[in-house]
Amino acid sequence: MTLIINGEEHEVEATTLADLLLALDYEGEWMATAVNGELVHREDRAQFRLDQRDRIEILSPMQGG
Amino acid sequence: MLKLYDVEVHSRLLLGTARYPSPAVLAEAVKRSKTEIVTVSLRRETACGKAGGAFFELIRELGVRVLPNTAGCHSVQEAVLTAKMAREVFHTDWIKLEVIGHHDTLQPDVFGLVEAARILNGEGFQVFPYTTDDLVVAERLLEAGCRILMPWCAPIGSAIGPLNPMALRAFRANFPDVPLIVDAGIGRPSHAATVMEYGYNAVLLNTAVAGAGDPAAIAEAFALAIAAGHIAHGGVPLEPREMAVPSTPVIGKAVFT
Repeated sequence: MTLIINGEEHEVEATTLADLLLALDYEGEWMATAVNGELVHREDRAQFRLDQRDRIEILSPMQGG
Repeated sequence: MLKLYDVEVHSRLLLGTARYPSPAVLAEAVKRSKTEIVTVSLRRETACGKAGGAFFELIRELGVRVLPNTAGCHSVQEAVLTAKMAREVFHTDWIKLEVIGHHDTLQPDVFGLVEAARILNGEGFQVFPYTTDDLVVAERLLEAGCRILMPWCAPIGSAIGPLNPMALRAFRANFPDVPLIVDAGIGRPSHAATVMEYGYNAVLLNTAVAGAGDPAAIAEAFALAIAAGHIAHGGVPLEPREMAVPSTPVIGKAVFT
């Protein structure tokens, strides 16, 4: 399936958001995820099923003013 | 003590964490400033969670409270989603709300700001809105549920200092019971002392410290200036006069002619 992850197209086999993070080797608790403009809470990622061309945003803390 | 929503802090300086030469310099500036609140942001993770994790570990080690921002958001939808994602990461209801309306000046989109503030206040956030010195916008933000206001004194990162003292004083006078934080535009400690003398409750800085030749030294200078300005406001400084007034009493002065 093709997904848009942080603005870039990726071909992935994962079917849930949690599996996707695992497959892409994302780790740590300091991440927030959104799919198609909606927040997906950490505890909901394992049940959140992904669809073709979903837009995934994976954000983490950065310096800010 | 300064009360920001339900939190009391001693320091009246809120410090941004961006644009420092290194994490070590940032850490030293935070320590020298004695700030208790630093602003942080969220961005796309590019190192599988490791980049953001390393930064946040540094902040945690400093033992300060974080105020996440929505910097770079140009729409209500972006700002609201970023705020929700920030709450997920930082476990705080605080959000420094920025909805940018103009690319060159980074002037806030005040219409979007009020709309986003209303949404976020309705969802339990405690909003710190980055706004202009417009009184009517400020009233709308309070109506939307904000209990803190953060007017700019000049464009973000400009280091110009208070561009419109009359407007800043009017802002203070109109909202005597609202905590007011000058956010953006300050360049020098004397600028910070000036707005504190107007009666502002705190100052939020980033570039003025991070971009200085010695950020840690400037951070300490700002802390002292902000404290001095706050004390000075309480001490009711003299208003300027157009005529000289002798400071030494003239009564009893010897007459030699």
